[in-house]
Amino acid sequence: MSIKIQAKDLNLYYGEKHALKNVNLDIEENKITAFIGPSGCGKSTFLKTLNRMNDYVKNIKITGNVSLDEEDIYDSRVDTTILRKKVGMVFQQPNPFPMSIYDNVAYGPRIHGIKNKKQLDEIVEKSLKAAALYDEVADRLHTSALGLSGGQQQRLCIARCLAVEPDVILLDEPTSALDPISTLKIEELLMELKEKYTIAIVTHNMQQASRIADYTAFFLVGEMVEYGKTKDLFSLPKDKRTEDYITGRFG
Amino acid sequence: MENSIFDKKSRLSDKVLYSLIQLCTLFSVVLLVVIIGYICYRGIPDFSFSYLINTPSIINDTIGILPNIINTLYMIVLTLLIACPIGIGGAIYLNEYATNKKFVSVISFTTEVLAGIPSIIYGLFGMLFFGGVLKLSYSILTGALTLAIMILPIISRNTQVALEAVPKSYREAALGIGATKWYMIRTVLLPSAIPGILTGIILSMGRIIAESAALLFTAGSAHILPVGLFDHLFMSGGTLTIELYLCMSEGNFQEAFVIAFILIIIVLALNFTAKWISKKFDVNKVV
Amino acid sequence: MEKGIVSILGHRKTKSTVEKAASVIFTCCAVVSIVAVISITGYMFISGTPAIFKVGITEILFSQVWSPTASNPQFGILNIILTSIVGVFLAICIGVPIGILTAVNLAEIANPKVRKIVKSAVELLAGIPSVVYGLLGILIICPLMYQLELLIFANSTTHQFTGGSNLISAILVLTIMILPTLINITETALNTVPDDYRKSSLALGASQIQTIFKVVLPAAKNGIMSAIVLGVGRAIGEAMAILLVAGNSVNVPLPFNSVRFLTTGIVSEMGYAAGLHREVLFTIGLVLFVFIIAINLILTFILKGGNQDGK
Repeated sequence: MSIKIQAKDLNLYYGEKHALKNVNLDIEENKITAFIGPSGCGKSTFLKTLNRMNDYVKNIKITGNVSLDEEDIYDSRVDTTILRKKVGMVFQQPNPFPMSIYDNVAYGPRIHGIKNKKQLDEIVEKSLKAAALYDEVADRLHTSALGLSGGQQQRLCIARCLAVEPDVILLDEPTSALDPISTLKIEELLMELKEKYTIAIVTHNMQQASRIADYTAFFLVGEMVEYGKTKDLFSLPKDKRTEDYITGRFG
Repeated sequence: MENSIFDKKSRLSDKVLYSLIQLCTLFSVVLLVVIIGYICYRGIPDFSFSYLINTPSIINDTIGILPNIINTLYMIVLTLLIACPIGIGGAIYLNEYATNKKFVSVISFTTEVLAGIPSIIYGLFGMLFFGGVLKLSYSILTGALTLAIMILPIISRNTQVALEAVPKSYREAALGIGATKWYMIRTVLLPSAIPGILTGIILSMGRIIAESAALLFTAGSAHILPVGLFDHLFMSGGTLTIELYLCMSEGNFQEAFVIAFILIIIVLALNFTAKWISKKFDVNKVV
Repeated sequence: MEKGIVSILGHRKTKSTVEKAASVIFTCCAVVSIVAVISITGYMFISGTPAIFKVGITEILFSQVWSPTASNPQFGILNIILTSIVGVFLAICIGVPIGILTAVNLAEIANPKVRKIVKSAVELLAGIPSVVYGLLGILIICPLMYQLELLIFANSTTHQFTGGSNLISAILVLTIMILPTLINITETALNTVPDDYRKSSLALGASQIQTIFKVVLPAAKNGIMSAIVLGVGRAIGEAMAILLVAGNSVNVPLPFNSVRFLTTGIVSEMGYAAGLHREVLFTIGLVLFVFIIAINLILTFILKGGNQDGK
């Protein structure tokens, strides 16, 4: 299986604070990789280095290497708008734009130059179907997205992300603001999506990781402590700290 | 897969918009520089202190703007004396005493309305009511009463914001040891709210000094020195801005620029003072 | 020692008098603003309506002839009304793009140092007295417009040269005067747009400029509308700054015509007008007042309407 994203000796500093310490991690293509760990351990920060959303934080310094398809994403020649077309992100709080459902999903393609209405119609339908939302909203595509429920809004955000046809989807605690049923729906969705996309998900819910992730990485205080196949990590953790976290001794 | 992330996209529209944005921003700054620069360029050469202390007189063959300066001072003090108690009192009522929500929203609405009425309408009203009905005719008092209504929203809103910023615990602590409401307001709330109120006063001063349309037909345009301190209130008195307008319409640009120069200096001074107070005491200004 | 029981009744009479008095006084202070609005509205109507009955509303509003001091006086203010509408409209057309782009810079792009300088500049501009703007208008803008006028109408035999005091000079002055309002309120509106929208847009691969123009500005629509309406209110009420710059003849509002606005019309003749002439000037004041009320009502409806869909 091929490596989609590779982090090598990655260090990140918020001013004086050393937030990520020598992270080495390979993310495999067409698999779901989960990042778990207690609050403040750096898993979200690490996720954001993968699509350079950390660029907008002041006083940030990054050393080391992150490559996508063997291209260094921090190279000065990189156009971040193209990077983010390939690596999409879904955030913790569902945040559709104050526009219609259609315009939300069509936003990405429009930004990247697609103007033809028929093309956009197709993309919107395809993306909404892929996000398992189409049937619920097909009759009201041009109504405001803010009228949807929390779970629907988050699936809309996923559809929005899928519409630009990324290779990788990053999700930052996507279900922590949702009810259990919506959470389950989204987990099912992710299991389907991994056949076409590479997925990395930050979650504070270990059960979620064990349910859906093929690989899991455990972060603690900025360090990536252990990484491996989910089954192995949860049944036979190699590091004592991992074992402590999993058995609930802290976090 | 196919497209490498290394090919940089150049969006022409982005670059054009970015340039336009910088240009427009530059415009404001350049505008200010040109305005202040030109006024200084034409005002400073003719500026002399004799202007400030002389009265225009045909007999003594002098020119000066002392009467206008005095009139402006009268206007500021009088307007504030009238507006502050009412504005502060109203704000206290709205924040501390009011219970009926509808009543409060009506007052907020009317305050907004007052803030939006142009000065010339105030001028007409002042001329009709204070000048006519109250028979004050052209006088400093008429002008002050008119301006007082005009700056009422500024005082009221700034005081309200200042009172809202005082933590609820202060009120509860004072009332808890048995202080009565007015006593608590007087000794606990108002002192804490003073920086905010002061900011409102300084902003009002700026407004008063800059006002002209509302004064033209209320306070008039005379430039006589006061004979009696109190009697002067009932006499017509042109402020600096009115005198400036008169000079302009007569083509006397030399004196006009001296007045403009003085006005700019006052505006700058007031602006800095308001900023200093805001910063030092952490105030939220409401213009 | 015997401790007397401290009565909690206290000196109720004097304390409560002071408290009651304070409460009453403050209530009266608050009511002043209601009384003021009612009085101003009342007096505008009382002073403005007599002339409507004496001259007739059709003549006043729809006639273009204004000759109040002729032997057969005519009081048509149509040109004056049109001038105010056209002048304010064009000032807004020029000022809003400049104002919005500047606000975008302040809220989204500029670094803190630039922000501070520009914001201070805008605050100072807002504090400069209108007559000073008028002064600079006469001495800087009018000569420039006169040069332009000479160029454009070089071969005209019919054009009445204005020497630079014309509609276009007035529009330029008005635009400059409403810029601070437009910039400040638009910037506030942009700052209230949730950061989440920007993050989502950037994460989808949009550039900062695309994010601003396709997400942030549309999301701030209501605030920008308020800014525009307040700008209109400011422009339509401006008198002293454009008094000597606009020309003062009652003409059709063409760029190089000497014109009169509702505001300048009142100020220029109120000093010497008498009798019916004076009453018509108050009618002009009433027309202006009605315009302002209408503009503010439109604002309230737009804001209410905007709040119903979307959020």
